[in-house]
Amino acid sequence: MPEVSGSFLDDTPVEQRSRAAIWLSRLEGPQTMGRGPVFWAVVVLAVLGAAIYPQFTNPFAVGNTAYFMVWTFMAMGLGVVWGYTGALSFGQTAFFGVAGYAYGILTINVGAAFGFTWVALIISVALAGLIALLIGYFMFYGRIRGVFIGIVTLSVTLVFETFMAQTAGPQWRVGDARLNGFNGMSGMPPLTIPWFGGDILLYPGIGLYYTLLAMVVLCYLGLRMLLNAPFGNVLVAIRENPERAEMLGYDIRLYQMLAFGLGGALAGLSGALYTAWGQYITPSSMGLTAAALPIVWVAVGGRRDITATLLGTLAVLYAFQTLTIYGSQYALIVMGALLVFTVLVTPDGLIATAMERIGRLFGKTRR
Amino acid sequence: MSEILSVSKLNKSFGGVTVARDIDFALQAGTMHCLIGPNGAGKSSFFRLILGEHAPDSGTISFRETDITRMRSFERIRRGISVKFQVPGIFKALSVRQNLEVAFQHHLHGHNLATTVRRVLEFTNLESEVETAAGVLSHGQQQWLEIGMAVGVEPQLLLLDEPTAGMSPDETRKTGEMLHELNGRGITILAVEHDMAFVEQIATRVTVLHFGAIFAEGTIAEIIDHPGVQEIYLGTADE
Repeated sequence: MPEVSGSFLDDTPVEQRSRAAIWLSRLEGPQTMGRGPVFWAVVVLAVLGAAIYPQFTNPFAVGNTAYFMVWTFMAMGLGVVWGYTGALSFGQTAFFGVAGYAYGILTINVGAAFGFTWVALIISVALAGLIALLIGYFMFYGRIRGVFIGIVTLSVTLVFETFMAQTAGPQWRVGDARLNGFNGMSGMPPLTIPWFGGDILLYPGIGLYYTLLAMVVLCYLGLRMLLNAPFGNVLVAIRENPERAEMLGYDIRLYQMLAFGLGGALAGLSGALYTAWGQYITPSSMGLTAAALPIVWVAVGGRRDITATLLGTLAVLYAFQTLTIYGSQYALIVMGALLVFTVLVTPDGLIATAMERIGRLFGKTRR
Repeated sequence: MSEILSVSKLNKSFGGVTVARDIDFALQAGTMHCLIGPNGAGKSSFFRLILGEHAPDSGTISFRETDITRMRSFERIRRGISVKFQVPGIFKALSVRQNLEVAFQHHLHGHNLATTVRRVLEFTNLESEVETAAGVLSHGQQQWLEIGMAVGVEPQLLLLDEPTAGMSPDETRKTGEMLHELNGRGITILAVEHDMAFVEQIATRVTVLHFGAIFAEGTIAEIIDHPGVQEIYLGTADE
């Protein structure tokens, strides 16, 4: 046994790097795949490719791609909750719906002047996050774990769907906003950027496309930094061995609740953006089918890596929509088959497994 | 010598099974103390009561003169208690380095964290395995990794639940040396152990638990010579 003199603990004061440098260094780390110049060159090329994509395609395809990007926030949030923290939430759509309806109610009542749609977006996301924190508090501090988290969260979204579906009739209104029961709420303005000579309305098109692209990139990079920070390390530790994590001095319920709140806020971001994108929201967006699909996106892509989650979600959404041309029920069956295939053959996800293998070819692995 | 941990009239039952029966126990700071006893004597349950995984039916637990009986587990850990479980409580999918970083990042960052990790790697002899996934280490290495995770931020009290379970004789001897060094650094050690040769190697005092109650307590020599302990646990030369 080697003799080690002195203390293990190095608490001598040293000059620490600036906070910005520390956070930037966390773009790479143990909890995310991809590092080094080649990886970042590919990322930059992909973003540039996405940036010039509208120049080479038709407006419908641009609007459609914007629609795909809307959903990626919910998927990345589910990746944090399920993939990184180990809590399978079947109810992200509840937070999607909360924020979607909140955006509609706020903007229908207040309007879009002076960029209020962005304020409404922020309030909606915060509301979804707060409700997720509240539900997370009762779940995690109530020692609910494992499959029961899925049952509770699924129940929450189905209860919310059922409630919203019965809000038909003039008595169900908030100010000028009628909830409209199963037919859903419509008539809210799209996101609006105040501009000289008149507001810029972000209807599905190039403007919304670039706005969403910027938001996806920022969210992706932000999550990479967060997941490679001590916070992300603790989430992964909780997923791997919650008892050990607690016995290292971490309040694991607090971390689980915060991760769930973050996941809820990101689902809310998708919900508010979805409502702004299509100017409508219906209870079916919180139904069983809607609740199940994010699980498929994240599982197929790879729940334990945020890059795999993002790419997988875009790929599966594209495939799903393409298949829907031949029949929506048929597409759902294919999605189910894809999930079963993934679980049986590549349980870490198709994209994540592919990325891991490509990494090995270049002699790089995440861990 | 002052008491670092004291337990008073501790009781705990699960249905009809009593795992702690009026336990009065005092652990002196700076000692290496072993808990022994037959299977089902309540040793691991006693640990879980100290750690807050089980709430006692009655009685109190004090750590460094603070009543921790109603504190949650993580709060007790933050006060300076650390633990190594019987089954290695490591994060198998993470590398050795990541395991240590997660264990220490609560207290340390940046350069300090890296230095502490390096020192613990040296101490646990795991420098060559730093990027290896913890789950593929040998059983003994996993045990050492968990000891390293438990001691890097230098707790006052280290609880060890069968630290040598499944180890080879050589690994067991090395573990004993490791614990002596930790004790030399001022860490008080309380270990549940079955291997009497190992208990002889490390313990300054021994407590025998039987049916959830303290049956005997003394030095290792006093315990080995105790006829009642021979009867219930150690066996006699005739057997």
